Amino acid sequence: MDQFFLSAIDILSSNPLNHEFGRTALLMGSLIAAVCGFLSSYLTLKGWALMGDAVSHSVMPGVVVAYALNLPISLGAFIFGVGSVALIGFVKQKSRVKEDTVIGLVFTGFFALGIVLVSKVRSSIDLHSILFGSAIGISPTDVSQTVFIALLVILLLAAFRKDLMLYCFDPRHAKTIGINVIFLHYLLLTCTSLAAVVGLQSVGIILVVAMLITPGATAYLLTDKFDNMILISVCSAIVSSIIGIYVSFWFDLVPGGSIVLAQTFIFLFAFLFAPRYGIFKFQKLFAGYKQ
Amino acid sequence: MEKQNYNNYRIIAENICVDYNGKVALYDANLRLEPGQICGLVGMNGAGKTTFFNALTGFVNISKGKIRINGESLRSAQRDQTIAYVPQSEGIDCNYPVNVWEVVMMGRYGSMNIFRCPRESDVQAVKDAIKRVDLLDYLSTPIGNLSGGQRKRTFLARAIAQRASILLLDEPFSGVDIRTEKLISELFIQFKNEGKTILLSTHDMIHVKEFCDLVLLINKTVVAYGETSEVFTPENITTTFGGISPDFLFGPES
Repeated sequence: MDQFFLSAIDILSSNPLNHEFGRTALLMGSLIAAVCGFLSSYLTLKGWALMGDAVSHSVMPGVVVAYALNLPISLGAFIFGVGSVALIGFVKQKSRVKEDTVIGLVFTGFFALGIVLVSKVRSSIDLHSILFGSAIGISPTDVSQTVFIALLVILLLAAFRKDLMLYCFDPRHAKTIGINVIFLHYLLLTCTSLAAVVGLQSVGIILVVAMLITPGATAYLLTDKFDNMILISVCSAIVSSIIGIYVSFWFDLVPGGSIVLAQTFIFLFAFLFAPRYGIFKFQKLFAGYKQ
Repeated sequence: MEKQNYNNYRIIAENICVDYNGKVALYDANLRLEPGQICGLVGMNGAGKTTFFNALTGFVNISKGKIRINGESLRSAQRDQTIAYVPQSEGIDCNYPVNVWEVVMMGRYGSMNIFRCPRESDVQAVKDAIKRVDLLDYLSTPIGNLSGGQRKRTFLARAIAQRASILLLDEPFSGVDIRTEKLISELFIQFKNEGKTILLSTHDMIHVKEFCDLVLLINKTVVAYGETSEVFTPENITTTFGGISPDFLFGPES
């Protein structure tokens, strides 16, 4: 028994904050989580979860090509992210195949292309870190690029916060009063591809979609106010990122997996215990709780 | 001369056609409305009522024809927030996390700066609009917690706050309580006196007879258009509804 406690203390005292790379991982993880959490509110409300999945997987060949040609990965990701959505729209319009089928078809095609390309230019790229993330081992060049993209996306989303809220709610009204909805549509898509690029650093391309939908879904269960939803979404994303990194540190796990698992557990908690929309409707337990 | 004539009309739609991926939704539709007129848009489901609204708001592009709003292009009407659209209840996501105040404030977005920061005048306009639809007690209620009628009034308030001179209302009377119905009909009279032009779609024939100066019967194209008393004949209605007799729609006494 003593032995057990001693080893437990041993594990818990190994704090990532004591290491340079641990501090970087926590900071970058939080920043990435904040970006994805912010965006995920919009994707959840717009009903673009599947679209987020498609875009985040489709950026893969863009990332690989950009690496190989020494271009900014954000550029490659942007071209393939938006390209995949354009292709989805085109195939849907020109054929009788249903939309969800088209989405699945296009993004797996792009993803496969990415994997084929990686195997051709393997020397410079680590497939494993693209697929599963490398929250603990982000290189200094990646750091500056990630910080730049993350701040850009946060700035864009913050500046067009209300327009995007209106666009997701009632695009027809937006159009009627002269707001450029096509611009907002592509703004949201661009932000999704950029968020996918920064997100894949942390959890990898396979799981990045979780970063783009789970925090928003959690927040959606917890509030009826738009601003609160963004706040909760960002906070829950940051908290799960920190928990995920700590847990992976203690038990030597893949950080990507543990970050997403932490998000899933927070969602599960909200699903069960959210005051108004949880299964147990906690609200009823508080007598006199005002709506 | 022609130009001057155009300016007398709030809405002019000439031979407009809309198709979605080659499927024709509306063809050769015409409409002319003056200030202070209320026009009912009547037709079956899928007859092109919503498409007509979409064309007039610029939400879909017309493939042929011409639309003039106050004698100017649709684009400048959008810029001036001339047209307000009040959606039908099914057309909006009731679970969206916004409250009454935020929805009505959306009516002012077009005249705000790019960050949509409300000025004193915007706040006042929103307050006045909410007062007119009698929802002052519900300012911070999420729209998901409102009744169907209250939600309808919220969107009407948004159109009022927008200070639009043209109102497009999609099924304004569907799924509302008596109180809201009474309030909406009172508002219609006020709008008419203020010189606003109203185009409303409805399934309910009684409301057409009660409110509308003009009727536009459509079934993919205009079946008949004109003064309610002249156009609203059993023959026209039968054509519009693909052979169903008006007895079935109104009850035998009409």
